[in-house]
Amino acid sequence: MNRVRRYAISHAQNLVAALGRLVRQPMSSLLTVAVIGIALALPAGLRVLVNNAGNLSGSWESAVDFTVYLELTVDEQRARELAREIQARPDVLSVELISRTQALEEFRAYSGFGDALKALEENPLPHALVVRPGSDGDSATDISALAAQLDDLGETALVQLDTAWVERFRAILDIARRSVDMATVLLALAVIIVIGNTIRLEINNRRQEIEVMKLVGGSDGFVRRPFLYLGLWYGLAGGVLAWLVLLLGLTLLAGPVANLAGLYRSGFVLRGLGASEVLALLASGAVLGWLGAGLAAARHLRAIQPS
Amino acid sequence: MIRFDSVVKRYPGGRDALNRVSFEINAGEMVYLTGPSGAGKSTVLRLVALIERPTRGTVVVNGKNTARVGRMGIPGFRRDVGVVFQDHKLLPDRSVFDNVALPLLIRGLGRRETERRVRAALDQVGLLERERSAPVTLSTGEQQRVGIARAVAARPPLVIADEPTGNLDPDLSQEIMALFERFNEVGVTLLIATHDIELIERLGHRRIRLDRGGVIADSHTT
Repeated sequence: MNRVRRYAISHAQNLVAALGRLVRQPMSSLLTVAVIGIALALPAGLRVLVNNAGNLSGSWESAVDFTVYLELTVDEQRARELAREIQARPDVLSVELISRTQALEEFRAYSGFGDALKALEENPLPHALVVRPGSDGDSATDISALAAQLDDLGETALVQLDTAWVERFRAILDIARRSVDMATVLLALAVIIVIGNTIRLEINNRRQEIEVMKLVGGSDGFVRRPFLYLGLWYGLAGGVLAWLVLLLGLTLLAGPVANLAGLYRSGFVLRGLGASEVLALLASGAVLGWLGAGLAAARHLRAIQPS
Repeated sequence: MIRFDSVVKRYPGGRDALNRVSFEINAGEMVYLTGPSGAGKSTVLRLVALIERPTRGTVVVNGKNTARVGRMGIPGFRRDVGVVFQDHKLLPDRSVFDNVALPLLIRGLGRRETERRVRAALDQVGLLERERSAPVTLSTGEQQRVGIARAVAARPPLVIADEPTGNLDPDLSQEIMALFERFNEVGVTLLIATHDIELIERLGHRRIRLDRGGVIADSHTT
């Protein structure tokens, strides 16, 4: 028990001492922390943007609604029957009938061709059914199958399905996600290398101290500990800086995004990092720092032997 | 306590630093290792502290055959050997107290026990009132005494010293040697390399004389 306590105390001492060392050389520490912070902020920021784009496309679920235009010969009662039949299908969430008179009203109101329509003797518009696929019909193939079946009905004139652009957008988003993943891996490696190099320099600077520690019987773990904690602090400080950079970036983007959303009459707002994501950012900084320091220590500490 | 058995140490380049050196030092002895520079004194000490390993032959320290001490065993091995250097190797960015506390820190001693032992060691070398000082503010003789305090703070059974008086004037040298004698009186085994023949002849302890890598005289056996 006593041993465990001493071990814990030694770690706590190293934790504090390493922070002290960082603070005592603020300029060079700051440079390292800045590099780490930027390297962490880039993938984290891109991830935030991609996730927001994902949320946006999620709110476009309604865009996979499609419209079934019926033959002009179909009367309104038959159209209602059809709407009920289609509504009864398991892969259909809802069906809305837009009667030809209704459609004409809307067209007159919104198209700006109101006067031109007056010239027509009869309503050229057919009844239309707006079909919203069931929630399980999320994948594009299901929707196309449903659309094809509805197209085969004798009373159907045309099925207008416009999911292609949503699919394209999602495909682009997938590529973006994958790219962010790759960037994350590369920048994590960069962080490890930056911290590893900083720790290597630190090891070189403290060569004498390391020699003496080894001479008086310091174990590998004991000699390594201060450097591991130094790496931990570098990584953690970099994580904090990355978080601040993200907060600043989101604040700067909030205005323009609100402006754009306003143009689309959308209430969309950029979603920042949640508590667990902030924690994950800080933790990954700390872990990468520890890892970089560990690698540098493993490589360079053994080479230093008392002479 | 220390046994060298036909020890050969050959450095890369072919020079034989030690050539079939054999001697034995018992617990509680105080032994001077003498000889001109290049005779192999430092090599003997480096083999004892396991800074180097013999090319051939056997080195036994504190009952441990150094050939059987692996890389992971070296720290534990060294904790039983206090080392004093000619250039004392104090850490300039730590106080006198922290320098002396280093071997205790490594052993994971509690704070109170550490303070007690550091103060005891500093008291023995007469520097108790300088514990908060930085090593650079001390004189060379005082720095050397701090180095000795560090070597004995953890109470190792064996202390080795490489030219501990090399940079000191005769009065200070005598003071340092007297300090070693006091540690020897309480049972510490000492092996001190020095070329200060004049001084140690007056003190009259066992002397092992090396020349060109071999033992040419051992006052213990003659």
